[in-house]
Amino acid sequence: MKNLLSGNEAAARGAYEAGVKFCSAYPGTPSTEIFENLVQYKDSLYCEWAPNEKVAVESAYGASIAGASSLAAMKHVGMNVAADPMFTAAYMGTGGAMVIVTADDPSMHSSQNEQDNRNYARAAKIPMVEPSDSQECKDFMIEAFRISARFGVPVIFRTTTRVCHSKSLVQFGERMESSVAEYHRNASKFVCTPANAHRNHPILEKKLSEIEQYSNASELNREEIYSTKVGIVTSSIAYEYSREVFGEDASYLKIGLSFPLPMEKIRSFASKVDRVIVIEELEPFIEDQMKAAGIKCEGKNMIGNLYELNPELVSERVLGRKASFVTSDVTAVGRPPALCPGCPHRGFFYVLSKKSDYVICGDIGCYTLGSAPPLGAMDSCVCMGGGLSVAHGMAKVFEMTAQTGKKVFGVVGDSTFFHSGMTGAVEILYNKSSVIPCILDNRITGMTGHQDNPGTGFDLEGNPSPMIDIAKVLQAYGYENVIEVDPQDLKAMSKAVDDALSSKVPAAIICKRPCLLIKRIKHEKGMCIVNAGKCRTCRSCLKVGCPAIAIVDGKAKIDSSLCTGCTVCAQVCPFGAIEKEASR
Amino acid sequence: MNDTKSIILAGVGGQGAILVSKVLTRGLVDAGYDVKMSEVHGMAQRGGSVSTQVRFGTKVWSPIVGRGGADIMVAFEKMEAIRYCEFLRPDGIAVINDYEILPMTVACGAAVYPDGTIEDMKKHFRTVVIDAASIASSLGSIRCMNIVLFGAMVKSLSLDSIDWTAVLKETLAPKILDMNLLAFKAGLEASCDK
Repeated sequence: MKNLLSGNEAAARGAYEAGVKFCSAYPGTPSTEIFENLVQYKDSLYCEWAPNEKVAVESAYGASIAGASSLAAMKHVGMNVAADPMFTAAYMGTGGAMVIVTADDPSMHSSQNEQDNRNYARAAKIPMVEPSDSQECKDFMIEAFRISARFGVPVIFRTTTRVCHSKSLVQFGERMESSVAEYHRNASKFVCTPANAHRNHPILEKKLSEIEQYSNASELNREEIYSTKVGIVTSSIAYEYSREVFGEDASYLKIGLSFPLPMEKIRSFASKVDRVIVIEELEPFIEDQMKAAGIKCEGKNMIGNLYELNPELVSERVLGRKASFVTSDVTAVGRPPALCPGCPHRGFFYVLSKKSDYVICGDIGCYTLGSAPPLGAMDSCVCMGGGLSVAHGMAKVFEMTAQTGKKVFGVVGDSTFFHSGMTGAVEILYNKSSVIPCILDNRITGMTGHQDNPGTGFDLEGNPSPMIDIAKVLQAYGYENVIEVDPQDLKAMSKAVDDALSSKVPAAIICKRPCLLIKRIKHEKGMCIVNAGKCRTCRSCLKVGCPAIAIVDGKAKIDSSLCTGCTVCAQVCPFGAIEKEASR
Repeated sequence: MNDTKSIILAGVGGQGAILVSKVLTRGLVDAGYDVKMSEVHGMAQRGGSVSTQVRFGTKVWSPIVGRGGADIMVAFEKMEAIRYCEFLRPDGIAVINDYEILPMTVACGAAVYPDGTIEDMKKHFRTVVIDAASIASSLGSIRCMNIVLFGAMVKSLSLDSIDWTAVLKETLAPKILDMNLLAFKAGLEASCDK
C-alpha cells in the first residue's frame, strides 16, 4: 500500500524511520509541515519548536554531541540565522548523526528572497542531498542520516517549495531504532578554540574527499542512458521537469547527493553524450563546478537563474518550443492577500495609518499585510526580528539630521519577538533611540499556519509550557512604561500611541488580542450590519481594509459570511451607521 | 505513451479547493493511477488567489504543468477562470462557477470587477458553466459549492466510473456527508445539462 504524501510529510516519515531521537525547528513556509507531521511519532522521538533557527541547530547539535541522532529544519532564510553554529559544527563533526533541512522557495511564493541554499553546503563544507519527489524525501532522509553517521559530519537535506508541497506516492518502511552511546567529554573535538579548529579543518577536508568518492559510487547519483546525443545533468524538481520534456530522447545523470558533486561520474557521463545540458533551478551550482572541473556543458545561458521552472519553461528555453495557449481578452483584477476580517492587527495599523509623520518599520508575519492598501502603514520590512533594529537605525539618523518631526515605530509579532526581536528591543534601550517598540501579540505564530511559541503556553507536542510574559521581559530590560492595549479598541489604541510618544521614560506598546483562527480559544461571536438609512457613502469604513466590507448599490454593505463582529468599521463610521448584532 | 491527464483547480483561499483535490486524488490513487498534486501554501491563504494542480496517469513525472498544459480547469470563482486560463490547452475544458468574490481592491473602490468573464471564456474554450452557489444553497449550505463543482468536473473528465460515493464517505466528516453526496450528484447532472 502506497500513501499519497507531500514532500514534507514524507521527510517527517523518513526521519522517523531513520530512528531520529531529537528534533528541533522553527516554522517557516515551505518547511513547516515537516514538524507538524513529525509530532505524530512523539512516542518514539522528541520534537519541539525552538524560538529560532539558530537555537534549533544548536539544540540539535547539542543532542548530537550527547550521542543522539538529531534533526533541525527551517526555511531557506532561516539558514541565514542558523549559519553560525552550522559552519562550526562542520569543523567539529558530529557525535550522533545529524541532518539539517533547508526548504528553499524559488519564485518566492512566501518569502523575501529566493536564495539558493545549495551554496551553503559548499560554503559550510557540509554534504547535501536533494530529493525530487516524496518517495525520495523519505528515502534520502534515511540516507542523509546514514551519510552523517558514516562520516561524522552534519548533512544538509535541501528541498524546494515544489518538492515540499507536491504530493506523490510513498512506500513506507519500518523504524530503525538508533542507539545513544554513553557520553564522555571530548573537549578537543567539541570545544572550538582556535587551536582545536586549526586541527579540525584538515580533518573536515579529508572527510569531504572521502565523501566525494562515496558520491561517485552512490546510487543517489544515477545514470539513465537512453540517447547519446543529449545528456542532461539535473537535480531536485528540475529532474522531473526534464523527464517530462525530454522523455527518452535524452540521457540523464540525476544528482541526488549534490555536495560534494560526483565529478568523476559526471565526467564519465559527459563522455557518453555529444552535448551536455545542466538543468537546475536558480543558481548554476552544478554547472559552475562542472565548468571549473573542465567539463564542457551549457545550461544557464538558456535557462536563466530567476524563479521556478516548469516543463513549459524548460521546453521553451532549451528546445525553443513555444507552448500553445490562450490568454483572455478580459483582464483579471489582482487578488492580493489581506488581513482577515476580525484580524487584531487591523486596529493597530488603522491608527498608525492616520499620521503622515509616523515611520513604521515592520517585520515578517501576517502583520506585513499592514503595508497593503488601503492601510499602507509600513515603511520597511527586512527580515525576522529586524523591525526593532531597523527602526533604531532610522531613528538615529533622524536624530542626527534634526528631522525631529518623524516618530519611529518598530513592529514585531509575538513569535518574532522571541525569535530575534528581543535583541532589537535591547539595542533601542542600550543605544538610546526614541523608537517605540510595538509587539503585536496575537498569541500564535500566524502566517505559517498557527504554531505555538514561547508566549502561548503550549509546546509542539501540545503539552502545557511556561508562558513567557513579553511585558515582564520588556520591563526587565528597562522599559519602565509598558502599555498593554486591546488593538481592536481604537480609542484605547490611539491613547496608547499618544501615551508612548509623550512618555518621559522608555515606553513600549504590546497589542494583545488573540488571532481569531486559534481553535482552542473560545472567541466572542457576532456580526456588524449597516443601517442603510444612516449610511452616507463617505467610505470611511473602507479605509480599515476589511475584506467583509464593500460598497454595493451605493451603500456600504457587510458580507455576513465573512464578518466576525470586530466593530473596527463601526468605530470609524462618523454617522453611526454600523451596528453590532449581539450574536447569530 | 504519455497518457498523463492534468487538472488545474483555481479559486480564492477558503473556497474548499484543497478538499476537492484531496477527494480527487484519493479516488485516483484507489483506482490505481500514479498521481501527483501540487499546491502552494502561505500568503495565498489570506483571501488570495489560489491554484492547485493534479496530474494522473500510468507514470507522472512533473507535479505541475505550465501554460497550455492542463486538460481541464475548474474555476471556483469566475474571474479566477480568466486569471488561470492560460494554463489550459486551447482544446481543453473549462468548468466555471458562475460566482463572484470581490477582491479587496474592488471592494474598496480602487479597481472594478471585470464584465464578460464567462462570455470571454466561452469564446475561447469548451466551457461548462455551473451556478454552484444556487445548487449548494438549495441543498442546505453554500459551503458545499466545491463538491457541486467536483461533480461537474468528474463528468467532464469521464471519471464517473470511479466509485466517488465511497471516496466521499472515506474523506468527509459524517455530519456533512449527506449534503455533499447530494451536491456531488447535482454537479454530475448539472454538467450533463449543458
